[in-house]
Amino acid sequence: MTSLPPETQKKLGLVIDLDTCVGCHACATNCKEWNTGGHSAPLTDVNPYSRDPDGVWFNRIHSFEIDRGANGVGMTVNFPRSCLHCEKAACVTVCPTGASYKRAEDGIVLVNDEKCIGCKLCSWACPYGAREFDVTKGVMKKCTLCIDRIYNENLDEIDRQPACVITCPVGARHFGDLGDPGSEVSKLVVARHGRDLMPEMGYKPTNKYLPPRPRKLDPALLGAPLELKPRKTKKGEKILAWVDNLLSR
Amino acid sequence: MHPALSVIFFTTATGAGYGFLALLGIFGASGLLPSDRWMGLSGLIVALGLITTGLLSSTFHLGHPERAWRAFTQWRSSWLSREGVASVLTYIPALLLGVGWVVFQDVSGFWAVMGVLAAVLSWLTVACTAMIYRSLRPIHQWHNDFTVPSYIVLSLMSGAVLMSALTKLFSIDNGYIQGLTVITLAIGWALKSAYWNFNKKSKGLPTVNSAIGVDAGRVNVLEAPHTSDNYLLKEMGFKVARKHAERLRLLSHVMGFALPLLFSLIALFTTGATAVIASVLAWALCSLGILVERWLFFAEAKHSVTLYYGEQTV
Ligand code: SF4
Ligand code: SF4
Ligand code: SF4
Repeated sequence: MTSLPPETQKKLGLVIDLDTCVGCHACATNCKEWNTGGHSAPLTDVNPYSRDPDGVWFNRIHSFEIDRGANGVGMTVNFPRSCLHCEKAACVTVCPTGASYKRAEDGIVLVNDEKCIGCKLCSWACPYGAREFDVTKGVMKKCTLCIDRIYNENLDEIDRQPACVITCPVGARHFGDLGDPGSEVSKLVVARHGRDLMPEMGYKPTNKYLPPRPRKLDPALLGAPLELKPRKTKKGEKILAWVDNLLSR
Repeated sequence: MHPALSVIFFTTATGAGYGFLALLGIFGASGLLPSDRWMGLSGLIVALGLITTGLLSSTFHLGHPERAWRAFTQWRSSWLSREGVASVLTYIPALLLGVGWVVFQDVSGFWAVMGVLAAVLSWLTVACTAMIYRSLRPIHQWHNDFTVPSYIVLSLMSGAVLMSALTKLFSIDNGYIQGLTVITLAIGWALKSAYWNFNKKSKGLPTVNSAIGVDAGRVNVLEAPHTSDNYLLKEMGFKVARKHAERLRLLSHVMGFALPLLFSLIALFTTGATAVIASVLAWALCSLGILVERWLFFAEAKHSVTLYYGEQTV
């Protein structure tokens, strides 16, 4: 059934810190590694070792440069992009077959690969490009929030988190219930002014992004001179320079 | 958006087919067309032929065509599913109309009701097709008030030029049919010109800043996440060169609207061989012009995912 549940018991999702993400792609790599054997397996690659490799990924890491104009310093923002498990997920409602659905218990958006006809309409309906078509299997694939990890009783409790969260070397990714105002992730969102992506689209994404903390915009405040000036050499230094010159012959 | 040939053919062929079927139903029911068997047979073969080949071609781009039947199940939420249901339902009154017209040579009473029903369902199907595009918020060039009227008017228009050519071939000089052809071509042209003008000026709400959640400053791509094209770029990152688009638009203006309008006016005021040639030319040119128009409809549509790949606005 591709109608959305009016309310979900939990809103499981990710909080991603754009201030600390270093763009290392570890989350994307571990996602690929886990999920190619997981719920939506396989994450097929086409021509992986030759010209024009292509393949299905649930998570892609972009790097942007923010140009603040003449007075400010530039800034790099590394930006991991994956499914936001939206509350108003039109990717679900457009699906003609019932293959796409949003779970009433935890809000996770999934694709049933036995029902999907591969019409691709859901990927058109997602503003964020979170769905990727698997050409070899003829079905749509997307992030499952690692449902086969987070509920997996064979794993230690501490490992019941999405692969990307577990692997991030700088702790830029957080997982939890964003529907519970008392949860760690919800508190983090409040403290760091977490944001929705493209709120004007009205999809009400569950995942939140923490914007980069304000930078010191004046280079002088960082202790760096605005321009480098030649320094006058003192007398004693000349002798040292002569010795240095002699020894490095 | 990637202009897939199967989808372009699907929307143009079914558009013309449903437009033509609707006019057959309405003109048949109102007695403006002869209840002659050959008129009905050739008309319905053309209409249902276009519809059926169009629908079949739409299944070519599916990853699993053998599961296509599942697409009829989600009509409560999905316009694609509604379109599927409406398209199949339309066959029922259309085939019954055919029974009356071809077998009994009678298009009155019950058969006339079937004609009207076929027309209503045809329009509903075309409206559902349009709503598939209209409802996609990430694509500003589709998610606007031009999409539904354009699809309906262009469907009626391509149905009318077809009807005009067919009736002239049967040596029927019907002022209503010829008049409708001229009027729908004029409205279609005006609507499409207004749409192209809207496209030139209007942008969608999201920007690259709202896409990444960073307000201040101009955002440039420093490094892309992957080193070659992926599904997103192939499907949603299609970009047509401005010069190329302008040329095709001119072609669409001339072949889709201007020349068919001229030839329809000639057909309106002439009879015999001149009228036949003029109306057939109007149909042939218009069909090609609408194919170009549809190609542009897809190729010029910008998806919001491209904001992550270097676009500042969509
Ligand atoms: S991010 Fe895209 S795929 Fe994920 S729930 Fe939202 S609309 Fe659907
Ligand atoms: S591609 Fe599959 S999941 Fe997506 S809308 Fe079509 S049938 Fe549904
Ligand atoms: S693993 Fe962490 S730091 Fe590396 S790209 Fe992913 S979110 Fe950023």
